[in-house]
Amino acid sequence: MKAIPLLKQLSETVGVTGQEGPVREVLRQAWEPLVDEVRRDKMGSLIGLKRGSRPDDAPKPGGPRPRLMIAAHMDEIGLRVTGIDKGFLRVTRVGGLDRRVLLGAEVMVHGKRDLPGVIATRPPHVQPPEARKKTVAWDDIFVDVGLPPRQVERQVTVGDLISIRRELIELKNRRVAGKAIDNRASLVVLTLALEHLSTMHHNWDVLSVATVQEEIGLKGAITATYGEAPDLGIALDVTFGKQPGVSDVDGSALGEGPVIVIGANLHPGVSGRLKEVAEAREIPCQVEPAPGRLGTDAWAIQVTREGVPTGLICVPVRYMHQPVEMLDVQDVERAARLLAAFIAELELDFLDKLAWEQERV
Amino acid sequence: MILKSLSEAVGVSGNEGGVRAVILDAVRELADEVKVDAMGNVLAVKRGTGRKPLRVMVDAHMDEIGLMVVGHNGDGFLEVRNVGGIDPRLLPGTLFQVGPDGIPGVIGLRPIHLVKRDEEDKVAQIEDLLLDIGAKGKEEAIKLALLGTYAAFATQFRKMGRVVSGKAFDDRAGCAVLVELLRGERFRFDLHAAFTVQEEIGLRGARVAAYGIEPDCAFALEGTIADDIPKDKDVSPTTRMGHGPAITIMDHSFVADRRLVRLLTDTAEELDIPFQIKQPGIGGTDSGAIHLTREGVPSVTVAVPCRYIHSPVGMLDLGDFDNTVHLMRESLSRLTRRTLSR
Repeated sequence: MKAIPLLKQLSETVGVTGQEGPVREVLRQAWEPLVDEVRRDKMGSLIGLKRGSRPDDAPKPGGPRPRLMIAAHMDEIGLRVTGIDKGFLRVTRVGGLDRRVLLGAEVMVHGKRDLPGVIATRPPHVQPPEARKKTVAWDDIFVDVGLPPRQVERQVTVGDLISIRRELIELKNRRVAGKAIDNRASLVVLTLALEHLSTMHHNWDVLSVATVQEEIGLKGAITATYGEAPDLGIALDVTFGKQPGVSDVDGSALGEGPVIVIGANLHPGVSGRLKEVAEAREIPCQVEPAPGRLGTDAWAIQVTREGVPTGLICVPVRYMHQPVEMLDVQDVERAARLLAAFIAELELDFLDKLAWEQERV
Repeated sequence: MILKSLSEAVGVSGNEGGVRAVILDAVRELADEVKVDAMGNVLAVKRGTGRKPLRVMVDAHMDEIGLMVVGHNGDGFLEVRNVGGIDPRLLPGTLFQVGPDGIPGVIGLRPIHLVKRDEEDKVAQIEDLLLDIGAKGKEEAIKLALLGTYAAFATQFRKMGRVVSGKAFDDRAGCAVLVELLRGERFRFDLHAAFTVQEEIGLRGARVAAYGIEPDCAFALEGTIADDIPKDKDVSPTTRMGHGPAITIMDHSFVADRRLVRLLTDTAEELDIPFQIKQPGIGGTDSGAIHLTREGVPSVTVAVPCRYIHSPVGMLDLGDFDNTVHLMRESLSRLTRRTLSR
């Protein structure tokens, strides 16, 4: 499987928080040949099960095969219709969409049918100069579908979702830019890792989970983790790439490998193992310290039921939450190799090694 | 539809080659003479049927607003400045095509997560923005986009029912109307079609084109502002999309010739062609340069109302477009020496 075509397909598919169905179907098709079972849970998350390679009839000194859950969210930020004014749509945001980048963007309004639209702008000729010095307020953002008011009112209802309309483009050096790279990039990582695993032995059962509603509070991860009750969790997400205006402390470089995050949200034994695997396989990677709260599925996974030791692998992305999110495809491919190698090397008693009694203090 | 090829062609002021190629390709078949003047204007003549034909200039500008590369930062980002009037708030989140090969590039902002709440309302000026083509260092950036390289919005032309969306309708809409006028029957007068350069940076091409043509009167065709979105205070829309061609009586650049305005409005009323008068005092067009040429040229501007001009994606109503062609064709066919002697 090639990373760019899959990323293109996933990035361009619409799956705004709460209506992730189209993305789920793309993933279902991609995963079906790679896993033993695929199901959709009650919240809408997609869960694949790839059983460990230890035969069922072998002696089971440690009980049933341990289970690793890999979670990557499939929802994307967007807009919702709050009102119709002379045929123009007033909107609010779903998730952390950035109003500083909305003017002049193309969108798709998901009304009774899909209506292409644009975010209205006022030309410089008619604007007082001071207006251009302030970011447009939500009250002044309108979506125009180019239809007469009466037709708009027939097609669109308050509450309808609006997605950003943007095709993935290829830049120099195998870098790509588009919408919803956060977090479709991680779904590519997960899918490529599943493909690697199809030719590798792994002892653990692998649960591949595409979660819903991460952008509004990690909802899908909360319920999916409870439902599957994994022994170990890895979340996949994106992190800030180095770019103008982002300090070296806040950003990780594009093209220098996936980012292994460390901090209270992550179990040091899991982060440590990820680093060891990267080193042993000579996969370049970067480390990002996270002093406090993390806005990824790892935050929810860790505290599910009686607690789940959790790790987090991120792909550096520039211009996060903007319709030009950019990454280096090599980072995605390396993250997939790292993840597959980590899974293949998981020994049946790995959990014992995570016991805090083993900790070096 | 030629509007599609015209909209998708690149022609930032001073670098109109892409649009010129589309226009030359279209008008060679339609005109009796075609030449490109010293500035890069495309001048096409369709001879008239009259015995002592008038010389009538019809103008539309080829250029669009865009960016120019003015520097390379150490990490491989491109420093840019605007060519023509652009609201800097439109640049972040937008796709660009850079240079003759159309290298894709994007402009983004610091992620909102890292922006303090009280800084969210601050607008990044163009000096603070960098164009990212994925280059890994300064040398690569210089190799890919030399100083002076132009960048244009990379927007696909799309059909949305009666309405179409795309970039640069100011003034590819005017260019497309002018091609349609060349396509039809001959007029009694000589039709001098001028597809001009550098309107957006000061009406430069039209000035020399008009000097060369020495017309008896002139029409500038435009894609003009339709500012009809809901607003709190100011309810003036300049023009409204879907309400027919907009005739200019006065803007920042000129006062239109009353006889030509009357010719247009009389024709429209006689034939029941919808039209509107553009709100006086907003914007400027090539008429501003043309009407001051030599001893003066009676001039008027007729425009297709376009929403969101000078942005990555504009919108126009194909009904307005057709009515503009219709109004111009019928008005021109009624234009005689007497129109101008009154």
